[in-house]
This record gives sequence, structure tokens and C-alpha cells, in this order.
Amino acid sequence: MRAAVITFPGSNCDRDLAVAFERILSCRVERVWHRDRDLGDVDLIGVPGGFSYGDFLRCGAIAARSPIMADLLRKAEAGVPVLGICNGFQILTECGLLPGALIRNRGLSFVCRPAGLEVASDRSPFTSGYRRGERITLPVAHHDGNYVIDPDGLSRLEDEDRIAFRYLDNPNGSTADIAGVLNRRRNVLGLMPHPERAIEPALGGGDGKRMFEGFMEVAG
Amino acid sequence: MAGTPSTAPPITPDIVAEHGLSKDEHGLILDILGREPNLVELGIFSVMWSEHCSYKSSKKHLGKFPTEAPWVVCGPGENAGVVDIGEGHVAIFKMESHNHPSFIEPFQGAATGVGGILRDVFTMGARPVAMLNALRFGEPAHPKTRHLVSGVVAGIGGYGNCVGVPTVAGECTFDPAYNGNILVNAMCVGIARADRVFYAEASGVGNPVIYVGAKTGRDGIHGATMASAEFTEESEAKRPTVQVGDPFTEKLLIEACLELMEHDCIVAIQDMGAAGLTSSSFEMASRGGCGIEMNLSAVPLREEGMTPYEIMLSESQERMLLVLQQGREDEAHAIFEKWGLAFASVGRVTDTGRMVLLWNGETVADVPIAPVSGASPVYDRPHEKSPPRVPVFADDRLAVGDHDVSLLKLMGSPDLASKRWIYEQYDHMVMGDTVQRPGGDAAVIRVHGTNRGLAVTSDCTPRYCEADPREGGRQAVAEAWRNLVATGARPLAITNCLNFGNPERPRIMGQLVDCIEGMAEACRVLDFPVVSGNVSLYNETEGRAILPTPNVGGVGLIENLDHMVTIAPDAAGLSLVLVGDGGHWIGASLFWRVVCGRNNGAPPPVHLGQELRQGRFVSDMIQRGFVCACHDLSDGGLAVAAAEMALASGIGASIDIPADVFSTNGWLFGEDQGRYLLAVESRILNELLALAVSAGVIARRVGETGGDALTLGAGSCISLEDLRRCHEGWLPDYMGRRR
Repeated sequence: MRAAVITFPGSNCDRDLAVAFERILSCRVERVWHRDRDLGDVDLIGVPGGFSYGDFLRCGAIAARSPIMADLLRKAEAGVPVLGICNGFQILTECGLLPGALIRNRGLSFVCRPAGLEVASDRSPFTSGYRRGERITLPVAHHDGNYVIDPDGLSRLEDEDRIAFRYLDNPNGSTADIAGVLNRRRNVLGLMPHPERAIEPALGGGDGKRMFEGFMEVAG
Repeated sequence: MAGTPSTAPPITPDIVAEHGLSKDEHGLILDILGREPNLVELGIFSVMWSEHCSYKSSKKHLGKFPTEAPWVVCGPGENAGVVDIGEGHVAIFKMESHNHPSFIEPFQGAATGVGGILRDVFTMGARPVAMLNALRFGEPAHPKTRHLVSGVVAGIGGYGNCVGVPTVAGECTFDPAYNGNILVNAMCVGIARADRVFYAEASGVGNPVIYVGAKTGRDGIHGATMASAEFTEESEAKRPTVQVGDPFTEKLLIEACLELMEHDCIVAIQDMGAAGLTSSSFEMASRGGCGIEMNLSAVPLREEGMTPYEIMLSESQERMLLVLQQGREDEAHAIFEKWGLAFASVGRVTDTGRMVLLWNGETVADVPIAPVSGASPVYDRPHEKSPPRVPVFADDRLAVGDHDVSLLKLMGSPDLASKRWIYEQYDHMVMGDTVQRPGGDAAVIRVHGTNRGLAVTSDCTPRYCEADPREGGRQAVAEAWRNLVATGARPLAITNCLNFGNPERPRIMGQLVDCIEGMAEACRVLDFPVVSGNVSLYNETEGRAILPTPNVGGVGLIENLDHMVTIAPDAAGLSLVLVGDGGHWIGASLFWRVVCGRNNGAPPPVHLGQELRQGRFVSDMIQRGFVCACHDLSDGGLAVAAAEMALASGIGASIDIPADVFSTNGWLFGEDQGRYLLAVESRILNELLALAVSAGVIARRVGETGGDALTLGAGSCISLEDLRRCHEGWLPDYMGRRR
């Protein structure tokens, strides 16, 4: 298996995500610069957290127009799994791969803490390691994680079983407690919590590791 | 040189005074130059000789600190201190103040404090891996305090979160003495390869001097001079001299510099901090004993119409100055271009020993380097001892009510209340190596890719320093040492930030001298040298000084993370063992202040020999795997330590009160020093107690873990739920935003 992790100017969880891919998926990870135009022949694409372009304009808005994004869109359409975490989720909504938008937290402050989640759908390569309805814990760390979507969009997500995770104790005001959503084809997941920060007991749990293990089983 | 560099306005006594220079200092400048300086030169002398840059009041005493140990690679004098942590790695760290700017503009002041200390660390080749901060605010009831807490915390978070370095530990306390002058001290710890440490020593005649990072604007002109004067009501009008931070550029600068450092073409590198281009160029040239010629017309500018004076004094953030090997400019330029940062060749190294500045081909300053940066005035300011205080011992005749009421008051008091509201606004987990998060004795960061860790802590008890500066100085160092020991780490070295009032007043100078001497003594006995530091004086407003606050940042090494311990006992039925004698010292304690409304008395003495013995015993027990959890005893004594352990684990505890104690208040709340509370399995209890006897250490069983309440003796029982509500509630309630 080969994975790619994109680095934008201001990405800061790129190394963490690459480490998680390497360690749990035992795969080679290409670190791809945002100005590159080709992700190469990969089986998984990671869009990491951080503050791409310093969150100027809107979180993820400038990164979504980086040269590498054209190839990412092509590959996503072709079915290559794409995982966007935190700022990566914001970028995936900004580039149109995922519906909705992420705005400032309801409490207006940055929030970094372990968050209880309910697995809302286990029907995707990224959630197949969990059981639907199961409760897990992943850390959140964001200032703009308040997911908003119009009522029609929300019913579509619900009808199509595309809400991947919901917060048990909503930390940011997200609509319908949504923490992560899938695209229609179910190969693209965007989520605010950080699975790559929960891959070993020393870092506070292994619930994130199970996302990657589940992915291995389906895709490996 | 052809005559005096061009001078615009003539230098009048008023202009000299506006630059914070005394008449004598002006005379010294005339001697050095053999003529009147022009305005650019006067500006240079003004910032280089400011208290902030020259340490002119403290230098004489800073030499008292021990700075050497076999593991110290580089002590004070460089951008940050360097210690060997084994396996080919070094830790690089420093603490610095950003007090005055943070009071004037809390968000930007605190943010740029974080940015500045990060640069001090990565300029030496280290990837920053942890940030800490020590915050001292005025009393909660003061009308400005809430606004300042909110702004400072948002500023620290806004910067640290964006650059992607975890903010893992710190302190936050409140006292009316900081009403008009808060303290914001930031510490950064980085890790570098031992064979790849970079210094700021220019050399090689003809080597290019390169400017990289953000462009230069008019922000922060004379920040260093502002930080070297007392505050007045008019200080508010100085808001424009507070710099504005851009963490995005800083993140790019970190990555670009670390990438360039892999290329082996840097001769010297220095960040532009206080006094910007002036201090960075003078310091690099002075350390290398060479000269520099700079063409200011080549400096990348953000604004039009800037003068040489403004360019030299600007404190625009996120900038660095490098000396490269000749011929390597293109290679370096490509890296900075990739990261979208300004890169300009602005000068070259010379052998003249002078700083020559050109502007549009004309010489606008020409001064010798050594006398400006090396021979700044050093003052032996008169100092006077603080009056001695008498000890206050615990006494059960004090009418203070039940122990559970006292404990709840303490746990919900501003200084002891949980700081979760603060650290949840900081990303403390990014980089994936935070193996001990905020809330314990020290945070622990794993050395990436290994099973080793760095324990980091920041400590000081200003009320002790006020009561007895020498004892308070000793205690600040000892507490940092103790907090590292309590995680299983071997304490290595400290950095410090010495925050005091106006040194021209003998009482204040006396506090500074005594704190330094107390700290130095503790450092020597504990083999815990000082490798970097910063001094912040003139922390006064309208003549009212802050409490003497020598914040200590400690770093320790855990060679095997399997032997790390936390403050959270992971089981019921563990024995709680008190290492050290029973408490009886109440003077200057938090119990005395919060429960009894008093603040007199001498602080608890630190017996350094005993401190060392007890600490070594605890380390030994941790290494043997005997210790399930460990917490040092500090503010609030035994009862507060037990309560914090119970809250961290969610498992209750009972603390016995022996029948023979002189005073139950003292036993529970006394702040006698050098003590630890251990949770150990009952089956090894006797062995541990026997080992204590042979180590000459007092240790006894004082209770056990279990249940869902904290029981103090026979009479007092508090549910963990009540304890938690009280402990967690104060700060969010105060800030008016329960999240």
C-alpha cells in the first residue's frame, strides 16, 4: 500500500498523520508539497490538520485552490480514499468534495480536549473498524469546527447515511452534533477530531488506531 | 571614513533623554565615538544599552549562577541554553518575558512573546517541541484582570496553536501586586541533533549577511526601551510600540530555517528579537569579533518612506539574520522562495570591528562594535535586605472551621483552581509526543521516535519571594527540581526569567540580589545549573512594584518512559506514603492567605541537603517500579496534594491524621518543603519504608486510595464530585463562559 500526505504552507499535523499511516498501515508515505501537481499512484490520500495559509480569508479556502488539489479531485472521483482531518476537513469542504462548511466554534475559543463520539455510520473504509452506535474517544483541537449545513443538505446526509461521527457532548456548536461526514461515494471522509492523535495508550487511547486498522482490512 | 556620517537633526539633551539614556551614558558615547552621534547611532546606543538588552543592573549578580555540568553543552550567552540528553540529541531551551507589551495589548503582546521565544530556540537548530508559560495577573476583582486573562490566553493559543508546537505546562496565579503590571513569561523547549547546533557568531571576511523572513515595518520601534522603564498612565498611549505577530509566517520560517540547516552552509544565525536588526547584527559581530557592513537600502520593507533609524529599531516579528558561506546564496534563496519568505543579501562580514550602515550609498552610521555590545555600562546598584519575618506555625486554636471547608476553599481559590479553561485553549497534543498532558507536576514530551522523554515545568512562589527573597529563590529552584523528580525524570538544568520592580530602588535591588543568591545556592546543591535566562526589571506602575518573581523553567530527562509516573493512582487500595516530615509551617502559606485571611510570616525553609536526599529516594523508588503515582507537596500541603491526585484519577482517598500531631491544620495544610506523596502497592510498603530508613529519609503511611470521596481524618469527608465542581468551576465562572 502507498499513501500520500499533502503539506500546505501552515500544515502542522502532516508529520503526525504520516507517522500514523506508516506505523499502523505499514505503508510507504509520500510527503507531497502543495505546489506539486501529481499525487502519484497512491491507495490513500491524507489531508492533514493545521493552519494552511494561516487561516487567512477562511479556513482552508486558499489551500483548496492549491495546484495539487486538481489531482486530488480527480483521484477522489476515481475512488481513491481521501481522509481530511481538522484543517483537512475544512479544505475538503472548501474544494467541494464534501458538503457544508466549518465556522467559528460556538464558544468562540479554541478547544483542545478528548471528545466522546458516537460512530454514526460504519459503512465506509474509514469507519468499518467500528460498530455503528459505538462510543469512542478522539481528541479535538480546533477554533473553527462548528459544522453548518442547510436543512436539505442535512436530510440528504441523514438519508444517505453519510454522517460518520457525532459528538456526544458537542464542543463547538455543530449542526446535529456532526463531527465527520462522508461523500456520496463513501471514499472521502472529513472529520474534525484527530484519529492520528489516538493511536497508542501513551497518547491517551487507541480509538484512532482502529480507524486505520479497519481501513487496512478493507483496503489492504 | 570620510568625516561624520550625515546627521539630520542636531542631538539635544531632550532627544538624549527621550532615548532613555542618562547624561553619563551620553558622555560615554561621546568618548567612544570621539564626536556627537547622529540620530541613527543614538538610537542604536539607546536600545543596545537599554536594561532589556544590556542587563546593566543585573549583570554583576547573574555571574553568581552555576552554569556548568558535564551535560551542559552551552550555557548562558547564546540565544538559548543547550544540554545533552543522550543518544545524539540535545535539548535547547529558554524562558523570556513579554510583560509590558502584554499589559498594553494582551493578545498581541502575549502572542509575540511566544513567537520570540520560539525563534530563540529554532535559531540554534532545534525543532521546538514544547511551550510553557508562567502568567501572573492582578487580583480577580480588579476591573482589568478578566480582559487581560482573556487576551493573554487567546494570544498564546493563537500563536502556539498555529505554529503547531504543543503548549503543555505553565502556571497562572493572581495577586493585587500585578494589578498594574502583569507578567507573561514564555518558555520554549526544542530538540536538535547534537552535531547540528547553530550559534550566532559571525566570521569569515566577505561572507554575505542575509535577511530572511517577514518584511520590516514600523511596528515595535523602541520596544526594548519601553520594557526598560516604569509604567505610567501614559503607557497606554504606547500601544503602537507593541509588535504584531504572524504565526503563519513563523511556521514557514521554522520550516525554512530547519531545511536550510540540513545544508551545512550557515556560518551564524540569530533571530531579530528585541531591538531587531540592531541587536541581531551587533550580537553576531560582537561574538565573532568581526565587523559588518550593511546596506539598509536592501532590507525588504513593508511600508514606504521608512528611514534608516526606523529600519534599525523596528521590532517587526518573524525575521532572522544569517551569515552564509560565500557562494551558497542561491541554494539558500531557493529554500526561502519555496516557503514564500523574503530573502535579501543585506551586507557582508568585515574585519574592521565596526558596524557601518549605508543608505542609498551614503554612510548613515559608523560605530565600533565591541564598546556598543560589550562595554555597555554595568551598574553596581545599592541594595538593601528585606526585613526578616518571624515564622508562623500551625495552631488548632485558630477558628477556621472544619477541614473539609478549608480544603474546598483552597481547591476553589484562584491560585489553586483548575486551569483547564486555559490549557484547553492551547493545542497541547500536536506533534504526537505529549505523553503527560497539562495538570500534573510536569508535562512530559517524548523524544520523537524513541522511548525517552523530557519532563518540563515552570515554577515560582512569589509570595515566598516577597516574604524572604533568598528563601523564595531557593524554593523556586527546588520546586522545579521536585516537580521533575516526581515524574521519574532526572533534573538536568534550568532557564529562568527574573521579574522585578525598579532596580534603582535599593529594596527592589535587594530582592533581586537575594533571589539570585538563593537560586544559585539551590542550583549548586541540586546540581541543576542555569543554562539560559532573561531579566525583566521596572515592573512597576505608579511606583508600585510587583512581587519578586524569579520564574524557573526546569527540564529533566526520562531515559525510559516505561518508568514515568503521573499524579493519578490507577487503583483503589494503594497505600499513600508521605516522604518527608509532617507539616506544621503555616506562615506565607496559601492556607494562611485563603482560609485565615493573613499573609504574614516567614516562608517555609528549604533544607537543600534534605531536599536532595528525599528527591533521590523518590527517584530510586520510581526506578525500582515501586511507585504507582507521585505528587510533590506544594501550595496547600498534604490535603491539596491528596485532593489533586484523587481528582486526576477519579479514585478517592482517605488521609489519616495521627493522634500525636501538634496541629491538624499544619498536618493537612502546612507547606513544609521537600516532600512528596506516593501511591504504592501495599505489598511493597514495608520494603519501601525500610529503604527509607536506610536512606535516612522520613517516610510513613498516611492513608490509602479508594472510594469516591476524600476523607481527612475521622471528621471530614468530601465527595469527589463536590471537590471537582469546586476545583473546576472557579475559572470558567470567573471568565463568565462555561464551555
